Amino acid sequence: MMTAVIEASGLGKQYRRTWALRDCTLAIPEGRVVGLVGPNGAGKTTLLQLATGLLTPTRGTISVLGEPPAVSPAQLARVGFVAQDTPVYARMRVADHLRLGAWLNRGWDDELAQRRIGQLGLDPKQRAGSLSGGQRAQLALTLALAKRPELLLLDEPVASLDPLARREFLRSLMEAVAEHGTSVVLSSHLVADLERVCDYLVVLVASRVRIAGEVTTLLASHHRLSGPRRDPGTLPAGQDVIEESHTDKQTVLLVRTDQPVHDPAWAVTPVSLEDLVIAYMSPASDIPARRPQLGVVS
Amino acid sequence: MIRLSWLQFRAQAVTAAAALAAAVVVLAVSAPHRALDAGASHRLYMAGIVVLYLTPAIIGIFWGAPLISRELETGTFRLAWTQSVSRTRWVAVKLGLTGLASMAAAGLLSLMVTWWCSSTDQRNPLGGYRLSALLFGARDLIPIGSAAFAVALGATIGLLARRVVPAIAITLAIFVAVQVAVPLWVRPHLISPVRTVVPLNLSAINAVGSSFPENSLGVGATVNIPGAWVYSNQVTTPGGSTSLGPAPRACISGATKVLPAGQTSACNAAIGRLHLRQVVIYQPGSRYWAFQWSETAIFLALALLLTGFCIWWTSRRLSR
Repeated sequence: MMTAVIEASGLGKQYRRTWALRDCTLAIPEGRVVGLVGPNGAGKTTLLQLATGLLTPTRGTISVLGEPPAVSPAQLARVGFVAQDTPVYARMRVADHLRLGAWLNRGWDDELAQRRIGQLGLDPKQRAGSLSGGQRAQLALTLALAKRPELLLLDEPVASLDPLARREFLRSLMEAVAEHGTSVVLSSHLVADLERVCDYLVVLVASRVRIAGEVTTLLASHHRLSGPRRDPGTLPAGQDVIEESHTDKQTVLLVRTDQPVHDPAWAVTPVSLEDLVIAYMSPASDIPARRPQLGVVS
Repeated sequence: MIRLSWLQFRAQAVTAAAALAAAVVVLAVSAPHRALDAGASHRLYMAGIVVLYLTPAIIGIFWGAPLISRELETGTFRLAWTQSVSRTRWVAVKLGLTGLASMAAAGLLSLMVTWWCSSTDQRNPLGGYRLSALLFGARDLIPIGSAAFAVALGATIGLLARRVVPAIAITLAIFVAVQVAVPLWVRPHLISPVRTVVPLNLSAINAVGSSFPENSLGVGATVNIPGAWVYSNQVTTPGGSTSLGPAPRACISGATKVLPAGQTSACNAAIGRLHLRQVVIYQPGSRYWAFQWSETAIFLALALLLTGFCIWWTSRRLSR
């Protein structure tokens, strides 16, 4: 049986008049590297801050590793967090940050922290304020990893990094995750950032989970059909149209189906993860009947 | 958490230690001349008062105000609060350490300055008294209490303002207002004053007059209670009324003239026949330490209250 690392039900967060997250219900399975993808303003940051206890819900409930977030030091110890823009203490040295981690976390793995700092080539004496964006992100990741959490949450960790630093960051993240079997949730507004590392995807649009599932399952169950112009309403049952475009003569559909497509009128091609996510993000696909069930977790 | 707070506070602690060391040197070098009532010595005496009023304010705006607001402004609270330490502990330790350090710094400075000024204070060069508004707050215990209060106030404002610069400005404004309000409106009510009623001593009269055209008598008399903080000093009739009735003939020259008391013995004798009383409401100088302790206790209680508020706000309200 699969357990959820994050389970939210009717979760909402209101700032004065505006809702940053509204009626969000989701379950994120454990042992995965989960990409939380959605356009800006979908509520990704709010969701992650609710999951760390940095924010308190206005409505609904959220539990993380079976407990309310930040309910006790022991719960805090089980969750690692790398916040957006990876804040560090600008005036403190790199080594001071490691001492901070050791002082504030009982499960601190100093050997891991020192090794990572060495591998990254960070100077322990350097002040954190003078680190590059990539180095700062790596320092923040080191702090989160050396805490040896069961669940690691990263909020847009690579958004401000250049492509090289981005690749380097994700590579070292994956190495660490592989070594310790940590569950990971990382958010991004660009699926391209996460494609390489995620094995599970949650697409969040306007607080709602639009689709969630194993990346391989998602790719296997979505196809692009192109053929002569045709009304999508005539498709057989079990083929849900996610996205459609028509010219005078031609129709191109993005279809979700668990069955093979046999109709010889269609040319069937596979869909990239990016196309798939973008299709789900677009407003046209927001038709409840066609929205796939939130899968897998039971 | 204590070690982290110390790490973050270290630079400020070094600055404070250097400032204290400088003060020690200045006061020690000038100590042999401190009783002199002239020039540099007097300026140093005045500077001591100013410094003891400024120190808690500076501590409040540079140690207190940025304590939490800087973490909120730069986002580092997201790093701190996702370590395995509760927010309650985070606030309590940060504020506790800074508060104790500020009390130690202000206490040492006050101790040194109070000692340096002790002989001069006795000569009363400012025409005040030990309980006077100006001297009282810059001696002995009060700076310790107001420094602790300043740190807690700064931290609280920083927590609410969430930005360093506004927090500093608001903290300074409120702290100055409190420093003005306490001697004016709080201190007089800390302990109920003594009220004495004595027969008016004719030799204490320093002013006699009459109003025009009612021609009612007015008498002023000096108070001779050493070290006392006099709230009010009135001359009344035996019945206790402050309107003394018509002025005796002997005291009037021409239509309305104020005569210095004692200038005419006839007037004095006439006043003597009225059997007036002198009513003085005052705080005896012997209550100096009672006032020191109670005012310090009030500041410390406020500091604890604000600390409690900071803890509650951080763990319950800030994430809303």
